[in-house]
Amino acid sequence: MAFVDFEHVSLAYDEGGPLAIEDISFSVQENEFVAVVGPSGCGKSTLMKLVSGLTEPTEGYVYLGGRQVAGPQKCIGMAFQASNLLPWRTTLDNLMLPLEIVQPYRSQFRRRKQEFIEQARALLARVGLAGAENKYPWELSGGMQQRASICRALIHKPRLLMLDEPFGALDAFTREELWCMLQDLWQEDPFTVILVTHDLREAVFLADTVYVLSKGPGQIVAQKQIDEARPRSLEFTYSKPFADNVQELREHIGRIRAVQ
Amino acid sequence: MAVSRKTFLVNNASWMLVVALILLWELICVSLNVPRYLFPAPTAVWEAGVARWEIISKHAFQTFFTTMVGFGLAVAFGLLTGMAVGTSPLVYRALYPLMIGFNSIPKVAFVPVLVVWFGIGTTPAILTAFSISFFPVMVNVATGLATLEPELEDVLRSMGASKLDILRKVGLPRSMPYFFASLKVAITLAFVGSVISETVASNLGIGYLMMAASSSMDMPLVFAGLIVIGLMGVVMYELFAYLEKRLTGWANRGSDI
Ligand SMILES: Nc1ncnc2c1ncn2[C@@H]1O[C@H](COP(=O)(O)OP(=O)(O)OP(=O)(O)O)[C@@H](O)[C@H]1O
Ligand SMILES: [Mg+2]
Repeated sequence: MAFVDFEHVSLAYDEGGPLAIEDISFSVQENEFVAVVGPSGCGKSTLMKLVSGLTEPTEGYVYLGGRQVAGPQKCIGMAFQASNLLPWRTTLDNLMLPLEIVQPYRSQFRRRKQEFIEQARALLARVGLAGAENKYPWELSGGMQQRASICRALIHKPRLLMLDEPFGALDAFTREELWCMLQDLWQEDPFTVILVTHDLREAVFLADTVYVLSKGPGQIVAQKQIDEARPRSLEFTYSKPFADNVQELREHIGRIRAVQ
Repeated sequence: MAVSRKTFLVNNASWMLVVALILLWELICVSLNVPRYLFPAPTAVWEAGVARWEIISKHAFQTFFTTMVGFGLAVAFGLLTGMAVGTSPLVYRALYPLMIGFNSIPKVAFVPVLVVWFGIGTTPAILTAFSISFFPVMVNVATGLATLEPELEDVLRSMGASKLDILRKVGLPRSMPYFFASLKVAITLAFVGSVISETVASNLGIGYLMMAASSSMDMPLVFAGLIVIGLMGVVMYELFAYLEKRLTGWANRGSDI
């Protein structure tokens, strides 16, 4: 069985109200990198809430790791467009937060604190934030905050990382830098990723599989496999296969628009 | 040069304004020859204050005591109910209208009832101080908790954090700036509460002292009492402002204001 499995899932936020997503079925393999694209309001964020058990489907079933999702899941990492770092904690302490909450780290926290701090430092250094450990979030640039936010989502080694437009607020250069950073982290120590994005180039660059959702209620209208060698470098974004893939996705999105 | 003069002004403006107002007050009283029993000049107030220092300090201590006890109770109960209201929609729905109604009652109108229940003196003063300063603490703590960013809550819940975890790790630290802001309001209100109660129903405290003095046309003493209350309010306010800055400086993003 796949790691994440959706079986004919529909969801209406209000009982009897309009559906936010309708009859969605797809699956994600362990350590697969999946991107979800679609127009605004099509239910991408809703999809993430369903996987993490923050909302329950009105119809259908969601499985995670072979078990039906019921209630908030224990070991998922999440990052959003806003970094959501805690302003009263330094970068390092922000990274320690999941370790203070998630088992088994939580019960070992006192005893192994020094070790955890070293891990957090190492992770920060990996993403180029060495030296920012004792800075407060407001002392970091937007890109640095986002790096820290992704580190926080990964420090407790979740099996599933969910990213909701994590690079949406960054400039193009920083964004591409962070694509590479994320890819490196993922390749070094694989985990499953579901990435929600508006940016088709981002989806093609990072993902193994891209799903295109249609607008309200969200339905999967296309699934695109990106079979390119890894690690992908930024040169890839100038290649023909890359442009073709982006073009094809754009046509799907265009078709959604045309229908409306 | 211009910059340093400006910073000097900003740093000392409060003192300079107070001194200027006192001078103006003195000038008006002397030049218009206002009688002491109507509007005493600052020098007269000062004289009265120095001459009657013992009696003033006795009453001032009583007022300070009832204010601080009432304020302490208000902080404790305000924190608890604020936490309940801010974290539970059910409690919010149930309690909020009641609290609004309670807060709309003029507290001075309730003092006679307190007197019937508890007699005159310390207890009604403490309870009035409590009831008048409780509300801002509760509202601010509840607001701080209820305005937690939904995404941040999602991040925590998807790690398996319990409600209590979220409250301890994020909710409470995040509402601390709101809490300290409310303390500054609540402490001044608490002084108002105890003085009101003392004016109506006590034979001790600055409120009583001022009442007694004004009925015997001893205006300098009335004004001395007023100034002592004002001073106590300013000192306590500054204390909490200092604590706020020390403990929740992060909320100002490290800036100085
Ligand atoms: N908490 C909620 N209560 C009620 N309706 C909601 C809620 N959250 C989302 N919706 C509705 O569900 C639909 C899908 O919303 P969702 O947030 O999943 O969109 P999205 O694809 O993430 O959009 P965007 O790209 O703009 O972030 C929208 O029509 C929205 O109005
Ligand atoms: Mg969204």
